[in-house]
Amino acid sequence: MTTATGAVLEAEGLDKRFGAVVAADNVRLTVSAGERIGVIGANGAGKTTFVNMVTGYLKPDRGAIRHNGRAIDGYDPRRICRLGIRRSFQIPQLFAELSVFENMMVAVGIAGRERAGFWRPLRNPETAVEVRAALERFDIDSYADRVTGELPQGVRKLLDIAMATVGETSLLLLDEPTSGISAAEKGAAMETVAGALATDSTATLFVEHDMEVVERHAERVVAFYEGRVIADGPTAAVLADPEVRRHVIGPELHRRA
Amino acid sequence: MRRDGNRTPGGRPAIPADRTVPGLAAAVLVVLSTWWWLPGWAVNMLALALANGLVVLGLTIQIRAGLVSFGQALYYGLGAYAAAMLGHFAGVSDVFVMLAAGVAVSAGVAAALGFLMARYRGIFFAMLSLAFSMILFGLLTNSAALGSTDGFGVPAPTFLGFAPADNARLTLFLFALVALLALAIACAAHRYLRSAMGWTGEAIRENEVRAAYLGAAVRRAVHVKYVLAAACSGVGGVLTALLIGHVTPEDFVYWTKSGEFVFVAILSGTGSVAAPFVGSLIFELVRSYALQYAPDFWQILLGGTLLLTILFLPGGLWSVFRAKRRSGRP
Repeated sequence: MTTATGAVLEAEGLDKRFGAVVAADNVRLTVSAGERIGVIGANGAGKTTFVNMVTGYLKPDRGAIRHNGRAIDGYDPRRICRLGIRRSFQIPQLFAELSVFENMMVAVGIAGRERAGFWRPLRNPETAVEVRAALERFDIDSYADRVTGELPQGVRKLLDIAMATVGETSLLLLDEPTSGISAAEKGAAMETVAGALATDSTATLFVEHDMEVVERHAERVVAFYEGRVIADGPTAAVLADPEVRRHVIGPELHRRA
Repeated sequence: MRRDGNRTPGGRPAIPADRTVPGLAAAVLVVLSTWWWLPGWAVNMLALALANGLVVLGLTIQIRAGLVSFGQALYYGLGAYAAAMLGHFAGVSDVFVMLAAGVAVSAGVAAALGFLMARYRGIFFAMLSLAFSMILFGLLTNSAALGSTDGFGVPAPTFLGFAPADNARLTLFLFALVALLALAIACAAHRYLRSAMGWTGEAIRENEVRAAYLGAAVRRAVHVKYVLAAACSGVGGVLTALLIGHVTPEDFVYWTKSGEFVFVAILSGTGSVAAPFVGSLIFELVRSYALQYAPDFWQILLGGTLLLTILFLPGGLWSVFRAKRRSGRP
């Protein structure tokens, strides 16, 4: 298999089973630089399993994952992160006892410029500027001094995503960036995320249940059903696909009702 | 344009001024001055508290990463015995050689055991560290050559070839050495804890999954902290051995000693590198006064102190000082 030109990520024939449950069945997906891809599918369709396999949390039973042509299956999350594949989480993974500022500062300290320093204080003017800028991009700078454990879910989600964007990132995987946010605020939250990401050429893949959000923010959609990719193409075409409507969008409308 | 380093270009205060190092230096000057205005026993107690504070500082480095060692006396004992054996069996009396040996042995053993320890968290980390300390205790009590449970004496140290003329001067030199080493190590630990590597500890304590997904080498970071803590404890062990002039397994390696260090760590809190030394001193004071005035129930007094600390100052004694600065927090 030759490396496709411009492919940031190539997943080839990924299989993953949990006992009798098929979480991934011959999943094949290629992501090009700068693409913005929405991943849809009902609960249990294999979306998060795919994200977990790409980021090293789960090892596929079979198949290959390549990043810029380099095989990365079997790498642990740390090595994958160091290659520039970053993720956010469906349930925000934050440092609960630290403030929003400190969370971001630690992210900069570990993933960014300051990494591995053992002498220079991390709370330095340059880092502070970087942290403030990141918080402002995600519109959460007004919460900077608050402890994250006590914040509303929407702010926690935005911080979780903001922390994932620190450092050189070639592929950003967002696992349900708007889940847990009230229906009224979903759109605004995703606008904030899209706005914050608009300036860079990072390929973004986001798992999403809200079809309005997908329609608005994805240029390409991948639909999962029972561990398989049942459709992959331009947003409008995939959302109009009868199979997608039956297996994904129908249940989603039902879910929202 | 004047930059006070305390404000971002946006004009908002972001970096509180850090006065820890000058504060510690001033405190050490006061400590050194006690030689002239406190009785000998009090100065001795102060020196021992500072030496033991180094072990607690090592514990603090680990506690900030969410790891509690119930066997830190392993490294305290290794440092003490390494120095004592050099003096007793090899006739080496230079404190700096003894210190180097103590650090080399404790850090070396920690570097090896760290490969195993770094895989464990929580109660498993605590119990495994206890297990290793009990193995050393068993080895020492069964070794006739090392005096078994009686231990053996440590000869009077020299300082780069200089041998103090009398006991009083020797004590003064040792006291000054302990105070200056405590200062140097506390300042280094302070820098380390505030650096990116230091903050990685907070990240590991708060959310190891996230730390790994930010690209942190979690196991390596735990391993490094384990070795640093062992080195601090080793220095504390060497200094205590020199101050007391005698080493025994019970005083240096037994699990109650490890428990004492954890006790002081909780009493002190992890808010500042100064806290372990203040906590150690308070512990020594409470213990000796309790022993003197209430010999039958001094453990009750110590236990009560810990109980009150946990109930009213869960962040340790140091949280009294921090409460004001962190007014933005609950």
